[in-house]
Amino acid sequence: MSRTPTPPDRHTPPTVQRLRLRYSKRGRLRFTSHRDFQRALERAIRRAGLPIAYSAGFSPHPKISYAGAAPTGAASEAEYAELGLSARREPEAVRVELDAALPDGLDILEVVEASGSSLADQLEASTWEIVVPATAQAEFAAAASTLLSTGSVEVERLTKNGRRVFDIRGSVVRLEVHDPDVVTAGRTNASEGFSEPCAILQVVVRHGTPAVRPDDVLAGLRLVSGLELPRPLRATRREQGPWDAECGTVGDPLAPDRDAAVTG
Amino acid sequence: MPFFTRTRPKVYDDMAVESLFPRLEPLLPLVQKPIQYVGGELNSTVKDWDATRVRWALMYPDAYEVGLPNQGVQILYEVLNERDWILAERTYAVWPDMEKVLREHEIPQFTVDGHRPVGAFDVLGVSFATELGYTNLLTALDLAGIPLEARDRTDEHPIVLAGGHSAFNPEPIADFLDAAVLGDGEEIVLAISEVIREWKDEGCPGGRDELLMRLAASGGVYVPRFYDVEYLPDGRIKRVAPNRSGVPWRVVKHTLMDLDQWPYPKKPLVPLAETVHERFSVEIFRGCTRGCRFCQAGMITRPVRERSITTIGDMVRSGIDASGFEEVGLLSLSSADHSEIGEVAKGLADRYDGSNVSLSLPSTRVDAFNITLANELSRNGRRSGLTFAPEGGSERMRKVINKMVTEEDLIRTVATAYANGWRQVKLYFMCGLPTETDEDVLAIADLARKVIATGREVSGRRDIRCTVSIGGFVPKPHTPFQWAGQAAWETVDERLAKLRKAIRADREYGRAIGLRYHDGQPSVIEGLLSRGDRRVGRVIRAVWAAGGRFDGWSEHFSYDRWVKAAGEALAEEPVDLDWYTIRDRDAAEVLPWDHLDAGLDREWLWEDWQDALDEVEVEDCRWTPCYDCGVCPQMGTEIQIGPTGQKLLPIAAVSHS
Repeated sequence: MSRTPTPPDRHTPPTVQRLRLRYSKRGRLRFTSHRDFQRALERAIRRAGLPIAYSAGFSPHPKISYAGAAPTGAASEAEYAELGLSARREPEAVRVELDAALPDGLDILEVVEASGSSLADQLEASTWEIVVPATAQAEFAAAASTLLSTGSVEVERLTKNGRRVFDIRGSVVRLEVHDPDVVTAGRTNASEGFSEPCAILQVVVRHGTPAVRPDDVLAGLRLVSGLELPRPLRATRREQGPWDAECGTVGDPLAPDRDAAVTG
Repeated sequence: MPFFTRTRPKVYDDMAVESLFPRLEPLLPLVQKPIQYVGGELNSTVKDWDATRVRWALMYPDAYEVGLPNQGVQILYEVLNERDWILAERTYAVWPDMEKVLREHEIPQFTVDGHRPVGAFDVLGVSFATELGYTNLLTALDLAGIPLEARDRTDEHPIVLAGGHSAFNPEPIADFLDAAVLGDGEEIVLAISEVIREWKDEGCPGGRDELLMRLAASGGVYVPRFYDVEYLPDGRIKRVAPNRSGVPWRVVKHTLMDLDQWPYPKKPLVPLAETVHERFSVEIFRGCTRGCRFCQAGMITRPVRERSITTIGDMVRSGIDASGFEEVGLLSLSSADHSEIGEVAKGLADRYDGSNVSLSLPSTRVDAFNITLANELSRNGRRSGLTFAPEGGSERMRKVINKMVTEEDLIRTVATAYANGWRQVKLYFMCGLPTETDEDVLAIADLARKVIATGREVSGRRDIRCTVSIGGFVPKPHTPFQWAGQAAWETVDERLAKLRKAIRADREYGRAIGLRYHDGQPSVIEGLLSRGDRRVGRVIRAVWAAGGRFDGWSEHFSYDRWVKAAGEALAEEPVDLDWYTIRDRDAAEVLPWDHLDAGLDREWLWEDWQDALDEVEVEDCRWTPCYDCGVCPQMGTEIQIGPTGQKLLPIAAVSHS
């Protein structure tokens, strides 16, 4: 037995394929934190028997990278992660297997093979839908227009390291209040129904440091309007991807990978 | 002081009970770690309420992150839910932020499975691994709208039933319990369910009182209200006696004899939230006859009953498949003592070689064989640290507690460990043991020095570390030390301060030795609750009323609150906190748990206590003749150990990555 411990000679096969996933956090599982999701995904990968690649060394870690995770309590239809596999697999088969191994509410929506570009670089902006009681629709609309006409809106967030104050106005590139049917029109899989009359705040934020969250937008609206706006019923990230400043839209971050897959 | 006015159906009205989740959901963003209240864990069960006849709410009275991995609750949850006529759901202690939210919005204590009100179940079964969960029981009862005191409950309230190791002396919480069960739960929960079903099918004759009477008459369920405690003028107990006919004088513990027939958990719960143990645990045997005199678990779980190597192998395989866990713990009170542990370790290590499944043996004895085992199990992974528990610092102390480890054994063991590439050794000791002196505790520093010196010598390296971890000793019921006066917290703190000073002053070795310990005050309260009688219930209630919650958590525990409550609640009694804790008891004194039968012969326990004082050791009865502790004949049980001679065969389907 050697006296100096060296990493055990485990055969750590190299990564031969990288897959990008889009997944959702729905219903009551929106209360999972990002760490909770990470553990759930790692276990699901093992249950599904996927050939995940591991890092070498004393404590090998599965090769999974995450980007731009939604805050605890927020639902999302547009979360992204990348897996390194040690054997090639058909992306759609991986989607089906992984989705079956995850609890309902954490759903794998899309899997594509990664091209060269960095996933994190693709995630420049998000579209959020914040559901609020219909009774407060007028107040939210008024607060939204005040916020948009204000140059800088400094909000406070309680973090592990104390209070942090930062401007959100620079990140908010769109903020509109709609009736729910306007927002959900034409949506094929409207996964959520609304049990009470409500209005929807559509917010597009560009990602900065820190990334502006729905709670920050709410805090900003309360601050600029001076109104006691009610607690939102739910917040859902609808899109996350590259920001197209000319069209003012959030693009599909997996588009380059899909294109590469087609041409390649 | 029930907080809510409730409109719950009677026990025998099987009306639909609706989920509280719609009311809870909008409030979840207001609390920390909301996922712990959501349920939906992999392998959890939600049944149709109306399709079942007997319904259990199982509670672990600590936070979800501690309670979810609890083996006892997981086993009973699965055993009960396997019967189509029984429904079992889980509930845990809610954190103070959630308690506040629930009170503000008048939402009762709920289960995490169906989010049903705890008050709607037939039984609230609470598993007490430690006495420090007692205040959390009161919070849960109050939030559930169940009267705190059993005598105030009516037919519409659940039967509040305690189990777990602390239930071997449930007297301090006797006023809050309807019933308690001693020992292994697998069979008795089904027997209790049968009694409840029969009683409900008959139309609940005689109400709650008759149900409890039927349970008590079996001899296996303790119903505190059917026993009266009389006291002597000096405060000691005069006697404990049944106050009605048909109730046995002594209530006996339950012993599951064939563990291979009960391979639970089969489908371990896999939480989304982070918990204290992220692994699948397989209990490889139950019971221990090493005879460590401080160890309540070893005394009350006798005799030793092993699971066979093949059952262990099957459980590991199916548990990993069902859970996706990567870490498997082989649990027991002293895992290296399994008669085929070498084969178990080698067989499992072979099976999972090259996979990312890691195996651990959490409880390790001090001998070189353990290093062989640890090497086998760590074939795939890291060799960071090994833990050994000499428990006592000096040879003399170890004789008193019957921990038969010599200094030579320990040094030889650690030398093997360091030579095999293990870089850190953790040593576990206790402070405040009976007859202990300053010298016994300072001997810990000597041992640690020798460990480092040995480690440096055999490894040729300077970066050897040894962590010394010290717990405060608390005398427990049903052990030879049940008569011992507990050391005062001041004494414990003083000795630990001297030890720390001695280690810090050592220039050669001091920096290689880490010392971890807690202050002595919480042990005093644990001592009060461990050996208390029914009068202590008033103290618990007063502490709870003053805001006491989560007493097992240092950030929530308040010694002063307990001292104040004890002073006030016991003011009219001839007893006080010291009387319960630091006082020696004599052979004749009636102890609060004497009517509860753990199988141990009282005279044998006393002799073993005298042997302890004389520094006389006793061997393990698995390998030496019986020394008449009383358990096997008393309980109609016997030691169940191998070897079976079986081997684990490789399995084809182990996933490699």
